[in-house]
Amino acid sequence: MQIINDLSKLEQGRHAIVLDIDSSDSMRRRLQDLGLIKGTEISCVQKSPLGDPVAYLIRGAVIALRYEDSSCVQIQCCEV
Amino acid sequence: MGLSKDSMGLKAVDLGLVIKKVHDSDRVIALGGNPNVGKSTVFNELTGLRQHTGNWPGKTVTNAQGNYTYKNTGYVIVDLPGCYSLMAHSSEEEVARDFICFGGADAVIIVCDATCIERSMNLVLQTMEITRNIIVCVNLMDEANKKEIDIDLQTISKRLGIPVIGTAARSKKGLNDLMEAAAQTIQDANKLPAQIQYPDYIETAISNIEPHVKEICEGDMDSRWLSLMLLHWDQDMHGFIEQNLKKSFLTNKRIKQTLDETKKGFACQGITERQIKDDIVSSIVHTAEEVCRDTVIFKNKHYKNKDSKIDCILTGKWTAFPIMILALMGVFWLTITGANYPSQLISDGLFWIEDQLLIFFKWIGAPWFLYEMLVLGVYRVLAWVVSVMLPPMAIFFPLFTLLEDAGFLPRVAFNLDKCFKKCSACGKQALTMCMGFGCNAAGVIGCRIIDSPRERLIAIITNNFVPCNGRYPTLIAIISMFFVGTSIGGGGSILSAVLLTAVIVLGIVMTFVVSKFLSKTVLKGVPSSFSLELPPYRKPQVGKVIIRSVFDRTLFVLGRAVLVAAPAGLIIWFMANVYIGDMAILAHCSGFLDPFAKLMGLDGVILLAFILGFPANEIVFPIIIMAYMTKGNILELDDLSLLKQLLADNGWTWITAISVMLFSLMHWPCSTTLLTIKKETQSLKWTVISALVPTVMGIGACFVFTALASTTFSK
Repeated sequence: MQIINDLSKLEQGRHAIVLDIDSSDSMRRRLQDLGLIKGTEISCVQKSPLGDPVAYLIRGAVIALRYEDSSCVQIQCCEV
Repeated sequence: MGLSKDSMGLKAVDLGLVIKKVHDSDRVIALGGNPNVGKSTVFNELTGLRQHTGNWPGKTVTNAQGNYTYKNTGYVIVDLPGCYSLMAHSSEEEVARDFICFGGADAVIIVCDATCIERSMNLVLQTMEITRNIIVCVNLMDEANKKEIDIDLQTISKRLGIPVIGTAARSKKGLNDLMEAAAQTIQDANKLPAQIQYPDYIETAISNIEPHVKEICEGDMDSRWLSLMLLHWDQDMHGFIEQNLKKSFLTNKRIKQTLDETKKGFACQGITERQIKDDIVSSIVHTAEEVCRDTVIFKNKHYKNKDSKIDCILTGKWTAFPIMILALMGVFWLTITGANYPSQLISDGLFWIEDQLLIFFKWIGAPWFLYEMLVLGVYRVLAWVVSVMLPPMAIFFPLFTLLEDAGFLPRVAFNLDKCFKKCSACGKQALTMCMGFGCNAAGVIGCRIIDSPRERLIAIITNNFVPCNGRYPTLIAIISMFFVGTSIGGGGSILSAVLLTAVIVLGIVMTFVVSKFLSKTVLKGVPSSFSLELPPYRKPQVGKVIIRSVFDRTLFVLGRAVLVAAPAGLIIWFMANVYIGDMAILAHCSGFLDPFAKLMGLDGVILLAFILGFPANEIVFPIIIMAYMTKGNILELDDLSLLKQLLADNGWTWITAISVMLFSLMHWPCSTTLLTIKKETQSLKWTVISALVPTVMGIGACFVFTALASTTFSK
């Protein structure tokens, strides 16, 4: 089963495929520059001690995003 | 090797970039690349200079240049701030973009991370659209080897149509090949780098516009890239390009007409601006994927496991904060323990020299005022600065650099980000605060890594709440004298470290309080979006770090001591020895400040020392000592343990000690920092606010503390 969700709901250790980025223009572009576009695989690698931000693995680099930004990224969770 | 003497103090002030060629025939090479791929290391190894390096993204915020000679040709190498793309979002990315586009470089070397090469390709491809003279430097090959990542550089080079050179800059491997490739690229006029293929509708539009653009730009810029930019609708980019090329494209009738028609055509087909932008970006990303397909092979799929295990501890829910506090305490404990012995040794040596100097001057029969002025004025303050301040600075620095090189700082920012978000500030402020430990001026410049202007101002104004290298030796001295006892044993130095950490934590709490206050008042706003790269951990080169930073620190502090402490010593001597009426000027001044200072738990001399210490915080404590000594109580003070006696004789109690520490933590930034703030904010208003905020907080804290302490304990 595949679930469509936003990136902030992705659990630690799980993978997903990006469907769309709904954030403001500048953040959108910033994420795109990091290689985050439609179809990119992303996984959640580490939550910070206070729960926010969360670090994601994007194309070999670990990038931390705040809840406000990750919740704008639509994803499709991959099966475990 | 961490902050270097070139990135601190006055040298931190960014004076803009003017290319300085040694000979007219010198070639200019720009070093660009993603943040934290080792550009500055490549730069340092080539030029022999010492730009700030460390394992966190965003250290390089300004352009730096250095010279290199290869096969009898001179090269000016320009180190650019790291960026992910040429569509600048932040001021340091703008610096890089401006230089690559219009800096007049003969060639551009894009440095990539071998362990993350596909991501780096984005910038390579974007740069290839602007210039044909491009060389790819795949750095950190040694790390890729360790992580069992195989990279087929030849195939990548073939696919891109440009030279691709593997290097390991830390061990100087491959740098000759890199320069050879650069030299050849500059000479070779018939290069044909690969082109990015965009979707058909964009390609058609480009081919419609390009001929008209070509007519205007006359080969100054790549016309295909310019056409793409015109299609891109980016107002900022348009203005920026036209301003730099001093040519106008949008007012050209034919271009405008073609653009309007194209736009209409797009609208009819239902293609939105957003789709155009997305398609352009996607094309670049997909090209990068193509280039790296089958050329980058991860033999060990679990190469990130070790890093994530460390992350689980350093950023874990229960472990992160205790570890950060322990790390801070550990660094201070080592600093205090380690500094004690050399401090004593240096002071013994320097004061022995003082005696010899006095004997010498008396022997040659110099007039008394001359030798008193030079020896008891200038030399003595110098000696105090060197013996009290230098050892802790020289030890703290390499320790901190080791944490920095290992990759600990971005994790601190990651851990603390939520606190900053609550204050409507940016998590990267934690990084700029860490830099502040080294030098507040460097910290203020570092604030360029923060994209939002509002959050950057908050970070600039509050940077001074982190005591810099020039201030915490004062704190250490006071703590060990008044709260631990002058003879420092094992237990004593742990207690000192705990107390010092408490003071630093107070500074950090003040940072949060003031940040929150600013974002609720003069700098209203909501937290902006935030992305921070957590780089892989790297093993620091311990030996190199220690040698470099001890050497760097020592030179830096000595240099500053001569420049600032010597004149200050002279001034103090004059103030103590020139009489107006029946009192020395020093007594007049301190007497004048005394009533106010007393309310703060200080005395006139201390406040005067803080004022005279405006050029450099290092000299505040030495000035206090000097001023007390010239009052004539003790003439010889060659033992550090007598220092407490001197202070106690001048009315110091533990209340005075805490007030001095509070005021040292919170008062006006030093002149260099203020100059940097002025330069960075381009505003007198924010400079004044940056000076007032900590000063008011400090005076307030001292008032409240003294009032509370004296009412509580006098009963």
